[in-house]
Amino acid sequence: MTMEAYRYEDGSISYPGHPRGRSGDEPVEAIDLSEYTGEVVTWTTSTATPPGVREPNTLAIVEFEVKGTAVRALAQTTTDDVEIGTTVTPVYVEELREPGVGLKDADGPQEWDGYRFEPV
Amino acid sequence: MSETVAVIGGSMTKFGQREAWIRELLADAGEACLDDAGVPSDAVEHLYVSNMASGEFEGQTGVMNALAHDLGLLPAYSQRVDQTSASGGAGIYAAWQSVASGASEMTLLVGGEKMTHRSTAESTDIIASITHPAEYKHGVTLPSFAGLTARLYLDRFDAPRESLARVAVKNHENGTRNRKAQFQKEITVEEALESPIIADPLRLYDFCPVTDGSAALLFCPLEVAEEYADDYAVVSGVGGATDTHVVHEREDPTTMGGVVDSSEEAYEMAGIGPDDVDVAELHDMFTILEFLQMEALGFAEKGHAWEHAMDGRTKLDGDRPINPSGGLKSKGHPLGASGVAQAYEIYEQLVGEAGDRQVPAETGLACNVGGFGNCVTTAIFEANR
Repeated sequence: MTMEAYRYEDGSISYPGHPRGRSGDEPVEAIDLSEYTGEVVTWTTSTATPPGVREPNTLAIVEFEVKGTAVRALAQTTTDDVEIGTTVTPVYVEELREPGVGLKDADGPQEWDGYRFEPV
Repeated sequence: MSETVAVIGGSMTKFGQREAWIRELLADAGEACLDDAGVPSDAVEHLYVSNMASGEFEGQTGVMNALAHDLGLLPAYSQRVDQTSASGGAGIYAAWQSVASGASEMTLLVGGEKMTHRSTAESTDIIASITHPAEYKHGVTLPSFAGLTARLYLDRFDAPRESLARVAVKNHENGTRNRKAQFQKEITVEEALESPIIADPLRLYDFCPVTDGSAALLFCPLEVAEEYADDYAVVSGVGGATDTHVVHEREDPTTMGGVVDSSEEAYEMAGIGPDDVDVAELHDMFTILEFLQMEALGFAEKGHAWEHAMDGRTKLDGDRPINPSGGLKSKGHPLGASGVAQAYEIYEQLVGEAGDRQVPAETGLACNVGGFGNCVTTAIFEANR
């Protein structure tokens, strides 16, 4: 498992990756954001969560800088002790929410593992 | 050369917790709209039904076919329009196209949703299924996007938390003047600020409720309108735009790019600018969205919409009233119905039938947002009295 972002022909990076970038360019490189640290842009703690999701659920948008290019990601955090500007790193979690409890099937195309942000 | 399109009738059911299911809700609004305009069923050539998720909520699909049959519209062309929470606005776009192109001389648009039989958690999950799988697996909800954005907005623009509470207070106050609104209750700034946290820093009164309801509008060419009505509204501008599916990929999370792009298109078509708009219905699913849309529409400078709320400029007696109907916040938000109901409020304001909440208006704007600004339709209407 990696936290895979794509770099496109025009130099832009997105997470998650798309078949084409914002300018219509094809991806030229995969980048694993789990190898980077980033800075919290904003965060929230949600107390009304959908079925199968932890409650409360703290989420953050984090900006990474990859070779001079900014790319953002949104993920759960490992703690509610985060602020705007906190430096974090992604840590792998096998199950971010309980598979199959909500609208989506457990064995469908939805992935259930991924990365949470942990303050450094 | 396209036809000038008029709106000659409208209706809206009571919003709130209703016993009726989706078919009955849609039929109630559609029938009332035809009655309002005095147009017989057999005159309707196109039918559009704005609905996000009747299959997921109720197990009822094919609602356009059901409604055409229930209202005796056969063999009119019928189509369901789904653009998530912006389905109503997308329906306006489709209805306008159908008449402007000359394909139809009488187009009925009905929007509706039945939601309250589901728990809040189930409804939240159905709505959250619009997110990218990379977001969904983290339990991201639309309210959590609002919390993330509100924190950034308040921090970046040094806006007081009270300014968001004032949006809720104003819209609840307006809702008490609208007998079809879900909430008929005024609230105070203190109550809003002390209500339970839902997505920090936003609290219960920053969010719209889960709602059942429907609304309808009837569109036709200008020359046909004059056969049926003395007072009507003209669709002078309409624009639609799409922003990123993944919300955090936007360059500036506090800018609603879809609102900027769709309104530029609508303003250009209408030949007006933001200063010419007398009244607006904005998609205040969350209080923060009222600020973001005001700025994206050009009603306020970037980072300054909160000052309008603090100064009372968006109230009914302000220089540009926002959400006189009570907005989604107080009126309720039955997904597919909301965009139609926004335009219905503007129609009522322009033909002078808004009752206790009537404001002086010749030009009105409705901005309907899907997701967290993912899909947007902006429509501008002008009075013809």
